[in-house]
Amino acid sequence: MKFSLMVNEGPYNHQASDTAYNFAKAVLAGGHEIFRVFFYHDGVNNGTRLTTPPQDDRNIVERWSAMAAEHGVDLVICVAAAQRRGIADEDESKRNGKDADNIAPGFRISGLGQLIEAGIQSDRLVEFGD
Amino acid sequence: MSETKKMLYINRNAPYGTVYALEGLEVVLIGAAFEQDVSMAFIGDGVYQILKGQDTSDSDMKNFSPTYNALGDYEVTKLYVEQESLDERGLTVDDLMPLVYEDEDDDWAEKPSIVLLSRAELAGVMAEQDVLFNF
Repeated sequence: MKFSLMVNEGPYNHQASDTAYNFAKAVLAGGHEIFRVFFYHDGVNNGTRLTTPPQDDRNIVERWSAMAAEHGVDLVICVAAAQRRGIADEDESKRNGKDADNIAPGFRISGLGQLIEAGIQSDRLVEFGD
Repeated sequence: MSETKKMLYINRNAPYGTVYALEGLEVVLIGAAFEQDVSMAFIGDGVYQILKGQDTSDSDMKNFSPTYNALGDYEVTKLYVEQESLDERGLTVDDLMPLVYEDEDDDWAEKPSIVLLSRAELAGVMAEQDVLFNF
């Protein structure tokens, strides 16, 4: 089965990202496909490489990046939500006249159409958040 | 992407206080370009999103309620409002914005977009959907 996930809450503040990650792992372990993981609302904060959790805690951002590297999972951050919250890749940073970018490896920034497409293309779209 | 799916955007949150309503509406407007069978539901505090006469001037929040008037032009014409959610908040349909659309199959006659449904009826609508978006 083809799944897409939507992550609506920031890391550490809320369980949504942890649950989504574990769900994604189970999907892959079950031999299913992940079409896309879409990060929206505060969920875009899952994609900053500047995250520095204490060493004895899980690194939520690196976990997602590793999943993208190992399984080719498409991690998409919503551009409009990202702009509000200061998540930028090199292009976005330049375009908006900022002095830095912070996107984590394996993530890409794109539009809300990617979420709608995920809903159309996937057998199941599973949402994580409040 | 020729396949057409039934998509329901479920709005559960008040318009201000959290960003879910505003960013949820942005998804609906972008999604309209994909020519799917789209509808919206307003339940719980979500009914406050389409309350008439919203005034945010004292709170420095952007009043985005006029955007709901544009939904008809985006061919989002089915706005389901849960009757029990109105009742529980002491509201009636007269407290809501008179949202309308122009029916292209009926000589562009202006028709109300808001459809009042009971909780049980709305559950039936949800069960018919291919995709549910929760905001």
